[in-house]
Amino acid sequence: MRKFPTVPLLLAALTASFSASAADLKLGVAHALSGGAAQYGTAIRNGFVLAAEEINAKGGINGNKIQLVIDDEQGKKEEAINVFKKQIFQDKVLIIFGPTLSNSMFAAGPVANAAKTPVFATSNTAYGITDIGPFVFRNSVMEADVLPITVATATKHYGLKKVAVIYGNDDAFTKSGYDVFKQVLADQKMPVTTTETYVKGDVDFKAQLTKIKATAPDAIVCSCLAEEAANIILQARSLGISAPFIGGNGFNSPKLFEISKQAGNGTFVGSPWANANPAPVNQAFIAAYKKKYNADPNQFAAQAYDALYIAAAALQTVKISGNVEADRQALRDALPKVTLNGATGPFKFRPAVTKTGKPGGFDADQKPFIYTVQNGKFELYKGK
Amino acid sequence: MLEQQLINALTLGCVYALFALGFTLVFGVLEVINLSHGAVFMAGSYAALSVVEKLNTPLWLAILIAMLICGLFGLLVDVLILKPLRARNAPHLIPMIATIGVGIFLTNVAQGLFGAEIRRFPEEVLPAGEFVIGEVHLRALELAIVAIAFVLMAVLFVILKRTQLGRALRAIAESPKAAYLLGINVEGLFHLTSFVAAALGGAAGVLIGLNFNAITPFMGQPILHKGIAVIILGGMGDIRGALIGGLFLGFAEVFSKGYLSSQMGDAIAFGLLFLILLVRPSGLFGRVLERKA
Repeated sequence: MRKFPTVPLLLAALTASFSASAADLKLGVAHALSGGAAQYGTAIRNGFVLAAEEINAKGGINGNKIQLVIDDEQGKKEEAINVFKKQIFQDKVLIIFGPTLSNSMFAAGPVANAAKTPVFATSNTAYGITDIGPFVFRNSVMEADVLPITVATATKHYGLKKVAVIYGNDDAFTKSGYDVFKQVLADQKMPVTTTETYVKGDVDFKAQLTKIKATAPDAIVCSCLAEEAANIILQARSLGISAPFIGGNGFNSPKLFEISKQAGNGTFVGSPWANANPAPVNQAFIAAYKKKYNADPNQFAAQAYDALYIAAAALQTVKISGNVEADRQALRDALPKVTLNGATGPFKFRPAVTKTGKPGGFDADQKPFIYTVQNGKFELYKGK
Repeated sequence: MLEQQLINALTLGCVYALFALGFTLVFGVLEVINLSHGAVFMAGSYAALSVVEKLNTPLWLAILIAMLICGLFGLLVDVLILKPLRARNAPHLIPMIATIGVGIFLTNVAQGLFGAEIRRFPEEVLPAGEFVIGEVHLRALELAIVAIAFVLMAVLFVILKRTQLGRALRAIAESPKAAYLLGINVEGLFHLTSFVAAALGGAAGVLIGLNFNAITPFMGQPILHKGIAVIILGGMGDIRGALIGGLFLGFAEVFSKGYLSSQMGDAIAFGLLFLILLVRPSGLFGRVLERKA
């Protein structure tokens, strides 16, 4: 009895090694394709699919085609863990791109790290993501790199004397953005008139904004997701507040300012990606995205697009053995050496400085673009 | 600042009241906590948005069409789901669970049809008027929400108290069986109530969608929680209670955010609610519970 299973097992092992050596490179995409975070997750998926098609159309990586394994983690921690396990143990992907929200990464990242599978975040900007372990990478620029430049630029432009702050306090992304803002404002010795909060799902911010108005700030610093930001801006204007906004990463949505029209004028935002960046690789990305999806790309699509090219550059240097564990390790070792001039500008990795001092993953080493909003559109800030 | 906060509280309170109206009506007559009301509310927003975008209709017509669509949906839910459950004498929790399912279904359908992105009414259709008195800003839309909430409440109240239909509905609320024996068309009135309640939910969805101008498939969930709080506070099934409860929650929220701490806004509002229920367990206008036992 015990002898029989070995034959099919051997066969399976043989076919597995054959298919891996000369066919598809399985790469996992685990992002929120439904639920509240789906507006980011779908843009991210679009970026990956576009890049994969481009790479495959040019003959793949050393002759191997990329096969994306795309799963919906619904923007939930539990679901992210499930999807990660499926992709690691069942699909045997070489790397997982995802998840969409920092919250989910804190839950699912350790699973991938423990299974020695590289995990590559393109949208997690919270502090401490790469503390999870040496298999964790991200090309999402941390707010700690962007916000000091945003605030300093706005302060100089408007001659700000004091600001008010509003942020969402039940979301890892907006809360960590607030923590950075707080630190930056303290570092730059900017007095804060009042700090107001709201929770996810709120649509009425008038109570907080009325309070902010009473403290007469020169600007309002806002660590919010795009969906709340539009209402905050519109409701501030409807209450007669004319102070400009300074936004965190959540403001990086051209759509936000289409919606808020003139109300958002004068807003300062720092972004890892600029629609208006004239670099040919960026303009080619925008054109290809528009052609494929009939919609404008955003920062999240751009970062996903770059992430696949970064992984592809690393895979180019890896000799695929067909042993998934060895290949994951080889990819993990190759990734930090990659440099890329992508849609988001010149990119390289930087080893994370962890709180504990233990070896962590790799953060993005990239300069942000500073925008101002004019007539409902992002424009690269060119100085006064 | 105080005047502005009073107005903020009044509009927010009326938003809650408007939502709670249909919710409490269904409970009063059918004795069902219809947890799909949040999703119906969301459907109302999308229905009006689609009509405005595709057919370029004026706003008032879009609201009526949205009410009709939501009303028909409410009717459908009653006929397809609640009626069979009534016929089988299902315990109270069963229809409630069934309506959770309806809510999830509707939310997913909306996400499939319209996507997860936030949608907004085109700027041209929003009523543009704004009143500025000193430091206080009041938009025409907010004024309309307050007016509509009070008018609807009054109309429903008069119908329930002064008309033959209202008497029949109250008889059903007291005891469907006795009402049936008295020759009242109980099933017909159940259908009518479901229709009206869903239509009201749809109207609330349009008005609130217009006011905050952020329409998503998930917009029904947070307001559903507030709605439950409002009708419990007001007294389950009581029309006046929906208004008073809504206003109470609106004022408690705005004033705790405005004067105490925005961190604690909901905690304070719901804490107050808890204290009131300790004193009046059946809500402000609630019927005494022993009679039902």
